[in-house]
Amino acid sequence: MNLDQAPSATADWPDHIFDLLKAYNVRQVALVPDAGHSRLIKRCLADNAMRVVTLTTEEEGVAMMAGAWLGGSRAVLLMQSSGVGNCINMLSLATLHRTPMPMLVTMRGDFGEFNPAQVPMGQATRTVLEAMGTLVNRADTPGDIAANVEATLKFAFNTYRATATLIGQRVIGAKTFGKD
Amino acid sequence: MLHRRALVAEVLEGRGDMAVIAGLGASAWDITAAGDTALNFPLWGAMGGAAMIGLGLAIAQPERTVLVITGDGEMLMALGALASIAVQAPKNLAILVQDNEHYGETGMQQTATGHGVDLVAMARGAGIRHTMLVTEPGQVPDLRAAIHAGDGPFFAVAKIDPETLPLVLPPREGVILQARMREAILGPLANLA
Ligand SMILES: Cc1ncc(C[n+]2csc(CCOP(=O)(O)OP(=O)(O)O)c2C)c(N)n1
Ligand SMILES: [Mg+2]
Repeated sequence: MNLDQAPSATADWPDHIFDLLKAYNVRQVALVPDAGHSRLIKRCLADNAMRVVTLTTEEEGVAMMAGAWLGGSRAVLLMQSSGVGNCINMLSLATLHRTPMPMLVTMRGDFGEFNPAQVPMGQATRTVLEAMGTLVNRADTPGDIAANVEATLKFAFNTYRATATLIGQRVIGAKTFGKD
Repeated sequence: MLHRRALVAEVLEGRGDMAVIAGLGASAWDITAAGDTALNFPLWGAMGGAAMIGLGLAIAQPERTVLVITGDGEMLMALGALASIAVQAPKNLAILVQDNEHYGETGMQQTATGHGVDLVAMARGAGIRHTMLVTEPGQVPDLRAAIHAGDGPFFAVAKIDPETLPLVLPPREGVILQARMREAILGPLANLA
């Protein structure tokens, strides 16, 4: 049984995100997999100039972005909304040191969720990020994603802070295990 | 049993262009006591983040040795990072855990290592092949050589005296700590990035 939903194979917004990561010279891609990011992850893995680091927990990625920036590399963190909760204290690094930390978050516990366990963190995702000083953008239609992600990358790298794009579950879809 | 300040001073002797990340608390004071430089990044928080900061930096700067010096408590908070690091296998990354078997900074409460938890075994189990357990001063030259060998990832635990030493504080302005290391590594253009 597949608890998470991947975007349809024909959706091209993951490719637009990949093109933006290339355009903004992102070299380190930290992630805990989410089905919503599966196509983007594949694209990143296939790119020789990108180092994909699969983490055991999302806060590792926050620390890794700090290290990447110390060494002059741009990094990004891909995760699902539940992973945001794992990052809270580590995000203090971005505030203390003024470190660019763009995060691309696929939402769960959001539009049409089936799994009750995803709801508490999904509903708290924006609040938690904002409480830790992250600038949060949200995209709820496929056409909105590229511009939104570009704003998130620009704002992080040009103004030195943590930023996030939340990709709404309305875009990704909610799996209902045949119980709609 | 080693003395932490003597250990860190000897490990950092003739360090060249090595970048050093120190876990919060006593490890940060130790690298500062050995000489505060732009290539030191002492943490004031982010407990459990030291090793992964080291990984990000080591990947970004593959020609430069990166050393993470941290406490047993800090490392125990980030055991998963050992797996993430082992898989990435950066040759230029070394981690030195100063194991006093206590949370020194918060009043010397016991950590799991005092109850037999073996961090070297955990690192090996994660897949880090080059490891070392340091229990006496005579081993420090070998430890130093292993850190500089470029044969990483390298993971060492040094059993240290649970002593509480006078504070030697680094700058605590985080923007300065980050900017000075970036400038030391990337040159003056770092601040125009
Ligand atoms: C997330 C988090 N939990 C707890 C603390 C409190 N704290 C600060 S230092 C420290 C102990 C560090 O112990 P260790 O890494 O072994 O260093 P030592 O002082 O023993 O060298 C703790 C628990 C903290 N700063 N952050
Ligand atoms: Mg300790």
